[in-house]
Amino acid sequence: MQINLKDLKRTYGDLHAVDGISLSIPSNTIYGIIGKSGAGKSTLVRLISLLERPDAGEVFFDDIRVDDLKKDALIERRRRIGMIFQNFNLFSSRNAEQNIAYPLEITGTPKGEIDQRVQTLLALVGLEGRGKAPISTLSGGQKQRVAIARALACNPDILFCDEATSALDPQTTHSILALLKDIQRKMSLTVVMITHQMEVVRDACDQVAVLNDGVVVEQGLVADIFANPSSEVTKEFLTHLVGVDDASASDQMVQWSKNSGAYTLRFRGGTTDQPILSKISRQVGVDFNIRAGGVQKVGDVHIGTMIVDINGEAEAQKKAIEALNQMGVVVEEEQSI
Amino acid sequence: MSKLWVLVFGATMETLSMVLFSTLFSLILGLPLGILLAATSSEEQGGIIPHPVLNNLLGRIVNVLRSFPFIILMILLFPLSRLLIGTSIGTTATIVPLSIAAAPFVARIIETALKEVDPGVVQAARAMGSTNFQIVRKVLIPEALPSLVSGVTLTIINLIGYSAMAGAIGGGGLGDLAIRYGYQRFRGDIMFVAVVVILVLVEIIQVIGNKISARLLARR
Repeated sequence: MQINLKDLKRTYGDLHAVDGISLSIPSNTIYGIIGKSGAGKSTLVRLISLLERPDAGEVFFDDIRVDDLKKDALIERRRRIGMIFQNFNLFSSRNAEQNIAYPLEITGTPKGEIDQRVQTLLALVGLEGRGKAPISTLSGGQKQRVAIARALACNPDILFCDEATSALDPQTTHSILALLKDIQRKMSLTVVMITHQMEVVRDACDQVAVLNDGVVVEQGLVADIFANPSSEVTKEFLTHLVGVDDASASDQMVQWSKNSGAYTLRFRGGTTDQPILSKISRQVGVDFNIRAGGVQKVGDVHIGTMIVDINGEAEAQKKAIEALNQMGVVVEEEQSI
Repeated sequence: MSKLWVLVFGATMETLSMVLFSTLFSLILGLPLGILLAATSSEEQGGIIPHPVLNNLLGRIVNVLRSFPFIILMILLFPLSRLLIGTSIGTTATIVPLSIAAAPFVARIIETALKEVDPGVVQAARAMGSTNFQIVRKVLIPEALPSLVSGVTLTIINLIGYSAMAGAIGGGGLGDLAIRYGYQRFRGDIMFVAVVVILVLVEIIQVIGNKISARLLARR
C-alpha cells in the first residue's frame, strides 16, 4: 500500500503543526519519520492514520483519496490500518488474548475464527502460552508485542508505529525492531515509523523523512542521509547518535581524546577501504589528529564517522577539505562555541 | 418487644425496596446522561463526539437538579408521583422523587468514571475502526468498571440517606418509622434501632461495593 501526501496542512490556533507536507511513502517498505518533539510528528501521524482531518491537502492510499471519507467508509478504512503506540494503549480490562481479539470482535468475526487467529498472532509475536496473562503482569516489551499482535489482527496493509520503542530500553527496542522488520517482510506491509530516535531509523528503516517545524527538511534513503546529511536538524540527530550505547558494540565510537575535534568526517561504503587521510595529508601538507572514530551499520551500508582536527595553514586546510569532498567524504565543521 | 421487631423488619424491607428500585431507575436515567456528558466533552477530556453546546446544556441541567434540596424536590414531584403511581405518599410513591433526585448524581459519577479512562486507549480503539457505540460499550464501560462500581455503591448509600429523609414527608421505611414512633411518640428505643439498622445497611453496602471493585481491579 503506497501512501501519498499532498501539501498537508493542519493548524491549531496560531500553531502550524503541519505546514505543507508532501511525501510519497512507497509500498512494502519501512519508512521512518523523524523529528524533535514539537516538529509536527504526532499531528502528521494523526492525519495519515485518519484520526484527524487536514485543514488542507490530500492523503492517498494507492491513489485512492482517503482524507475525505464519509463516516462508514472511514471506519471501514481504519479497520485495515494497524497502529502501535509509545504507551502501548492496551485495554487493562482485557487480558492479552482479549486485547488481540478486540479488532476481530468489532468487525463481527465468528468466535471460533477469533480464537484461531489470536493463537496464530500470539505465536507470531513470540508470546505463545501468555494469552491469559493480565496486561499489568507483562513487561514493556511483552506489552508492545501484544499491541503489535492486536494491530495485525485484521490483516492491515499499513502499520503505523507512533514512537513505538520510545518507552523501551535499548535491548527491548532492538528485539521489537527485529520483530517489526520480520513481520514487514512476512506480511508485505507498509510500515511507517514515527520516532525521535535516530537509532530506530538506522536499525529498521529503508527510507526516512526528517521533520522540523511542520515541514519536511530532508528525505531519502537512510544510508544516503546518514552519509550526507544536508539539514542542521539531521546533523544534530546524527551527532546525538554518535557514541550512543547500543546493543551492538560496533556502533560505539572509540574516543581517543577528551576534547572533541573541529571536523566530523563521514565515509560511506567503499571509500572506507582507501587510505584517504594519509594520502591527503601527504598531498596538501596537513596533519590529521584523530580524536574519535567508529563505524555504524545502516541497513546494508557501513558508515564511518571520524572526528578530527586538521592542522596546517588555512589554505592547506581548505584544500584538504576539498580533497576529502572529492573522495566522497562528507566534512562537517563543528560550530565554534 | 416482638412488636418492635416486626415494625423494624417491615420498615427495613420497605427501605430496601425503595433503595433497590430507585437505584435501578436512577441508573436507567443517569447512565445515558452520564455517557452523553462524557462523550460530548472536549477532545482533551477524552470526548468521543465533542459537542460543547450540548455538553454545556446537559451540565447545567444536571447542576440545577443536583443543587435542589431533596425535600423540596420531593414536594415538587408529588404531582408526578400521583400521575405515575396514583398516590404521592408511601413507599412506592417515594421511588419517583428518589430516582429523579439521584439521576443527576449518577450522571456525574458515571461521567467522572468514564473520563478517567486513558485517552490513549480510546484513541487506539478509534484507530482500529471502532464505532462510537463500540467505544462506549466495549472500551469505556469495561475500562471504567471498578470506578463505576464504586460510584454505584456511593449512589446506593446516598439513596439510603435520602429515603430516610423522605420518611419525614410521607415516605415509608426506616426514616418514617424513626419519625412517627421515635420522634412523634417519644419512643427513643425505636428511634435508636432504626438509626442502627440504617448504619448497618450503609456499612454492608460499602463493604460489598469495595469488595467487588477490588476484585475487578485485582484481575487486571
